[in-house]
Amino acid sequence: MSKGGEIVLLDCWVSPFCIRVKIALAEKGVEYETRAEEDLFGDKSDLLLTSNPIHKKVPVLLHNGKPLCESTIIVNYIDETWPSPPLLPTSTYNRAQARFWADFIDKKVFDAGHNIWASKGVVPETAKKDFIEILKQLEGALGEKDFFGGDSFGFLDIILIPLTSWFYTIEKFGGFEVKEVCPKISAWMNRCMERETVAKVLPDPEKVYEFAIMIRKMLGIE
Amino acid sequence: MAEEVVLLDFWPSMFGVRVRIVLVEKGIEYEYREEDLRNKSSLLLQMNPVHKQIPVLIQNGKPVCESSIIVQYIDEVWHDKAPLLPSDPYQRAQARFWVDFIDKKLYNPSRRIWSTKGEELEAAKKEFIEVLKVLEEQLKDKPFFGGETFGYVDVCLIGYYCWFYAYETFGNFSIEAECPQIIAWAKRCTQKESVSKSLPDGKKVFGFVQELRKKFVVD
Repeated sequence: MSKGGEIVLLDCWVSPFCIRVKIALAEKGVEYETRAEEDLFGDKSDLLLTSNPIHKKVPVLLHNGKPLCESTIIVNYIDETWPSPPLLPTSTYNRAQARFWADFIDKKVFDAGHNIWASKGVVPETAKKDFIEILKQLEGALGEKDFFGGDSFGFLDIILIPLTSWFYTIEKFGGFEVKEVCPKISAWMNRCMERETVAKVLPDPEKVYEFAIMIRKMLGIE
Repeated sequence: MAEEVVLLDFWPSMFGVRVRIVLVEKGIEYEYREEDLRNKSSLLLQMNPVHKQIPVLIQNGKPVCESSIIVQYIDEVWHDKAPLLPSDPYQRAQARFWVDFIDKKLYNPSRRIWSTKGEELEAAKKEFIEVLKVLEEQLKDKPFFGGETFGYVDVCLIGYYCWFYAYETFGNFSIEAECPQIIAWAKRCTQKESVSKSLPDGKKVFGFVQELRKKFVVD
């Protein structure tokens, strides 16, 4: 049992949203138990359905039995409950900026990637263009900094880095390479991967690719 | 705090209303600037280059975008008056969850109610009422979503209330018949000065939507 109480994460290995929570907990040195939801397309566990009746999705964090849903909200909660080391910026204005970009990432990145790897037939040029444009906007937000928050790895890095485990898949279907079209993002990714908290939980991009192939077959997009 | 606060907004926007309410709650003086969304100002495009949308709060020249983020920002900066978010982290996470739910689930069907017909309209109404019923269940017998006091979730939902007359008229249904507790809650909110000062008149919104429909729907 961790110092902060009983912590359980309802998880799926390939979900970038679950990975966000795992990184945040690791950064805080908080111990937790993982319960894998293996069958997200079929039978969801009773615990998942009762803990997240509204969305019925992972991740769900159960802190002393009380459920928290939506990964960005969970990461905020983790930061507020275990304040050290801080993940969100200390300045109120910078916190608002971090939330803005987290919202941008949540609204744009996964769907734009999905439009590429789950595309039936030839991937539309507009889909590729949109995805690259989104990455370029994030490059703008990063600027010359090592991490989105500045010198230290933090909230916004945690929100984005798990989604990059899907980039290999997106590159294979899209026919482009992130390191060529967005070198700063690529460099930032490498910097994040040097952190043990990230490297330990990010899935092997090849395995994500195999998973995507399986989904495509399941959905009849082949 | 003698700082320059400017709000770029559009009068019928249920998102702009959120910010207007909070600024009154906190007693903050600010300059309101109406945007013509068909002809956006260079200031708006400069302050919100990513989404090019209102509302935008500009404090001493620095912009904050996205209404729910602006509300949280104002609550944190002017934290000593009328706190909106709960102080307990778990309650805060719950409040954020419900605002996220409202943002993800309510806007889309509400828009389809005034902009579609026939089967599409019926589907939109059904979805809209379902979302309100979930929120009603959350409210239970509390006066506000925040409990005894008006809070973050109340601020983020009440802006839709001034659009209800338009939805009911174009959708030909009664929201009160389906969700009486939501209507009772909304009326309770409008008794607050910050809300009554900030919410545009429902008939005026109806007139605005009537004009919009001419572009989207053949009556």
